[in-house]
Amino acid sequence: MLKIVVLLKQTFDTEEKIVVTPEGVDERDAKFVINPYDEYALEEAIRQREKHGGQVIAVTCGPERSQDALRTALAIGADEAVRLDSGKLSDDSASVAAALAAVIEPLKPDLLLAGLFAVDSGSGSVALQAAERLGLPHASSAVKVDILTAAELMALPAAGETGPATGQNAERYALVERDVEGDTETVAIPLPALITAQQGLNEPRYPSLPNIMKAKRKPLRTLTVQELPEEASLAAAAPRTVRTQLLPPPPRAAGKRIPGSPAEQAASLVSLLQSEAKLL
Amino acid sequence: MPKTILVFAESRDGALRRVALEALGAARRLAGKDGAVHAVLACSGGAAEEAAALLARGADVVHIADDPSLRAYAPEACIAALGAAMDAVRPDALLLGHTAMGRELAPRVAAAHGAGHIADVTAIEASDDGGDVGFIRPLFAGKAFERRSFTPGAPWVITVRPNNLPAAEPVEAAERKGTVQALPFTVPPLYTAVRSLVRRTGGQLDLAEADVVVSGGRGVRSAAGFEPLQALAAALGGAVGASRGACDAGYCDYALQIGQTGKVVTPQLYIACGISGAIQHLAGMSQSRVIVAINKDPDAPIFGVADYGIVGDLFEAVPLLTAELQRVRS
Repeated sequence: MLKIVVLLKQTFDTEEKIVVTPEGVDERDAKFVINPYDEYALEEAIRQREKHGGQVIAVTCGPERSQDALRTALAIGADEAVRLDSGKLSDDSASVAAALAAVIEPLKPDLLLAGLFAVDSGSGSVALQAAERLGLPHASSAVKVDILTAAELMALPAAGETGPATGQNAERYALVERDVEGDTETVAIPLPALITAQQGLNEPRYPSLPNIMKAKRKPLRTLTVQELPEEASLAAAAPRTVRTQLLPPPPRAAGKRIPGSPAEQAASLVSLLQSEAKLL
Repeated sequence: MPKTILVFAESRDGALRRVALEALGAARRLAGKDGAVHAVLACSGGAAEEAAALLARGADVVHIADDPSLRAYAPEACIAALGAAMDAVRPDALLLGHTAMGRELAPRVAAAHGAGHIADVTAIEASDDGGDVGFIRPLFAGKAFERRSFTPGAPWVITVRPNNLPAAEPVEAAERKGTVQALPFTVPPLYTAVRSLVRRTGGQLDLAEADVVVSGGRGVRSAAGFEPLQALAAALGGAVGASRGACDAGYCDYALQIGQTGKVVTPQLYIACGISGAIQHLAGMSQSRVIVAINKDPDAPIFGVADYGIVGDLFEAVPLLTAELQRVRS
């Protein structure tokens, strides 16, 4: 049996245009989705539960609209969901991590899963800061995860040049293949631990209609920062960073179409790259 | 106001990564003329060359953490070494590259030291009069940007995106006054046991750090279709990337994917071959300095961000381009 907590964030669909207004990013008519990397994390959580038994709890920190992402997570297969209301919380990663760590702590998960990063803020910081606060080891950028007992891990062929790590003395381990800038590293870490999901970890499923109906009856709690233990709500109220400006991307000047036969085009392009773009 | 800045000088295969020198350059600007720049190297069995390279580019103190626990990469060992450096130097800010390593070390070190973390920084606005320092970073993979600042009272942890900030310039030999010292640290319980490392990129430059990226989309039509792109990348000393379309179609590995899901790249030159330019792909590459698009479809959105467009068949255009480059060079 595994108790698995999955950290989710609701983000703009990646096909959405981003319109910067003086009030912030325009959310009107925008389509929101579960952050694609968190979808891999959720799918992995459900697969591990299907294999080992247990429970999957989806946790998010977000505004009311992010309730929809949790309903989707429940329809995909999570058993329970918790939303920490971001209303009074800054967008600083240290604040969010402090608050989320306090939400996760009493759940005592065997496994904490999250996406490698969220496609909106792109920092990839919150889950790791939460793990540090919770004292959990981590393996990031996973492309394959196997949960093994200590005996199963020992029975594997010898682990190359490095012996067993000194801190290992757990009932269960995660054997994780990590994507490291294109190379693949295989590590074993003891549970409980955080694993962050890289693209390619699995093929996320779609919710079926009966499961969408069933999800409506699954428990979904909402918490506010004020309900957290005092230490966490104080840390959450002391943001370490603030956004001072939101900017549209710098515009690109209109480009040139290069005319001529294919050979002429190749010659002109190389010459333009040298003379005009000062490259090569 | 002079500051004390600590840089995590990441090395790979026994050499400093370029992003380490870019972080060092940023550290020197943030420190100011009268500030101090410290660098920390984590290694097993010496790092004299790397230390010399850091001193040559203006590091004031290079701390070397040298321990067998740092040979195979266990993040907790690295975090302990960095933590020891934080305690010894008590810097105003710690800078790391926003690399596979920096991305996972920075948040943990920040949380352990009560610091703030600003990630994936592409530009720094520092004023000389000690005013507010702004960190520019992309949101939505570059569909928007934000300027962030730290609130007073806690140390800063910053990860800088490779290829965006100028590397530290070498200093005159006469002005090199930096020193090297050993950094003692307590090896923590090691949780991570590295069982194997498979090099799949075949020594290819990491996409995020490449100066030139040649990228293929659905128009490449097969795994074999990437061969002319690889030849062009080789001629330019660059790396090969791909669109989500090409990855989803199974033509190449997801490790090569460029876009809002996948990698964000900002090379000097980006050549998009047979890529239509879906909005999520554009987010991952439109901050490149010069963009070339080769596509059969004259209405493909990729032409909207390209500096130079060739409407044509990539299987004809790419080999001609490779040949032309080789001709010009010889």
